[in-house]
Amino acid sequence: MTDGAQDMGGVKGFGPVKPEQDEPVFHSEWERRAFALTLAMGKPGGWNIDMSRSARENRPNDEYLSMSYYQIWLAGLETLMKERNLVSDDEIEAQHSLHAPKSLPVLSSGDVAKTLHRGGPTERTPRAPAQFKAGDRVRMKTINPPTHTRLPRYVRGHVGIVERVIGCHVFPDSNAIGKGEDPQWLYTVVFDGRELWGAQAQAGTTVSVDAWEPYMEGA
Amino acid sequence: MPEHDHDHHHDHDHSELSETQLRVRALETVLTEKGYVDPAALDLLVETYEKKVGPRNGARVVAKAWTDPAYRERLLKDGTPAIAEVGYAGRQGEHIVVLENTPKLHNIVVCTLCSCYPWPVLGLPPVWYKSAPYRSRAVADPRGVLADFGVTLPKDAEIRIWDSTAEIRYLVLPMRPKGTDGWSEEKLAELVTRDSMIGTGLPKEPKDLK
Repeated sequence: MTDGAQDMGGVKGFGPVKPEQDEPVFHSEWERRAFALTLAMGKPGGWNIDMSRSARENRPNDEYLSMSYYQIWLAGLETLMKERNLVSDDEIEAQHSLHAPKSLPVLSSGDVAKTLHRGGPTERTPRAPAQFKAGDRVRMKTINPPTHTRLPRYVRGHVGIVERVIGCHVFPDSNAIGKGEDPQWLYTVVFDGRELWGAQAQAGTTVSVDAWEPYMEGA
Repeated sequence: MPEHDHDHHHDHDHSELSETQLRVRALETVLTEKGYVDPAALDLLVETYEKKVGPRNGARVVAKAWTDPAYRERLLKDGTPAIAEVGYAGRQGEHIVVLENTPKLHNIVVCTLCSCYPWPVLGLPPVWYKSAPYRSRAVADPRGVLADFGVTLPKDAEIRIWDSTAEIRYLVLPMRPKGTDGWSEEKLAELVTRDSMIGTGLPKEPKDLK
């Protein structure tokens, strides 16, 4: 699911931001374990970051908005594992492995530092020249894809200026649904506040998004 | 609210939390039995982000930029290698861009779609950064959001909000506070708050350290 509750830019009615003084990194032990399980299972699971994001946001809006952050991570992890038959409900219920495991690579403690340091760079060799350059006026396309996208609703249909050609990067809309990385040129596009919010825009504000070429057309 | 209603509500919250706790425990047991996760690796992942990787990293980068003009130039030109010079790199910081605050321009970073945040320099994001109020309002009402943090900018200051929609991660380079001439990098780093590197706060003033 796309265009759901996770696409929050400009939505009203969520109330004030409430910073927490001296906030701990985790608020309970289960959050620590849910976080670590999610990172560790990336290796045997073999999914990519766009699949992870898609799995987290792909749930009914009322669920998404009422679950805590790490509850959403946990639910996303379960989805990804069940899709690949890595774990099943009867095992979670029994709190034990009931079915033979697959043979998969595992993140060992000795590999943790190296794996985190390597991360997951998304820049790729371009297959074609960039269609836009810094200074170009561009319009974000009006799209309503049924699957994952990273083009927020609040910029769709609006005109901005290309500020920077970032490089050629993995395209989430394809990568999230298992159709390959399909690298595309990525740009920082900046919008005047008035273009996005009309007369209600705060004076002197601009907003930028990082947008892949397929999201854009000349304007 | 009558007392019994309050108790009922409390029990309800409590049982929901327990359910999540039990589910995580069950998953960890199953995945460990299957050999898909190494419990020592899980402990190390938690320890890394709870003890080693956090906003003190970013503060060191900022303090270095405040004292070393050549470093500042490298950092603003290409953030990722300049930050790696100080020893920070990797997951959720593969492509870092550093944004310079000036008297005329104030930068604020948000991720309206999820929770993208420069882990190697700031650690894991705080709850408010991942929350609906921040994600929804930062792009449309930045001055209102800053007010929630007790920050008021001059009326004529321009505000730029950076929505982290791709894998580029943004780190704000705040302005060096006045009255800090001759300070060491270590002492300057004490002025650099996490929120000042997101753009929802300003660095501490020298008087705040006393």
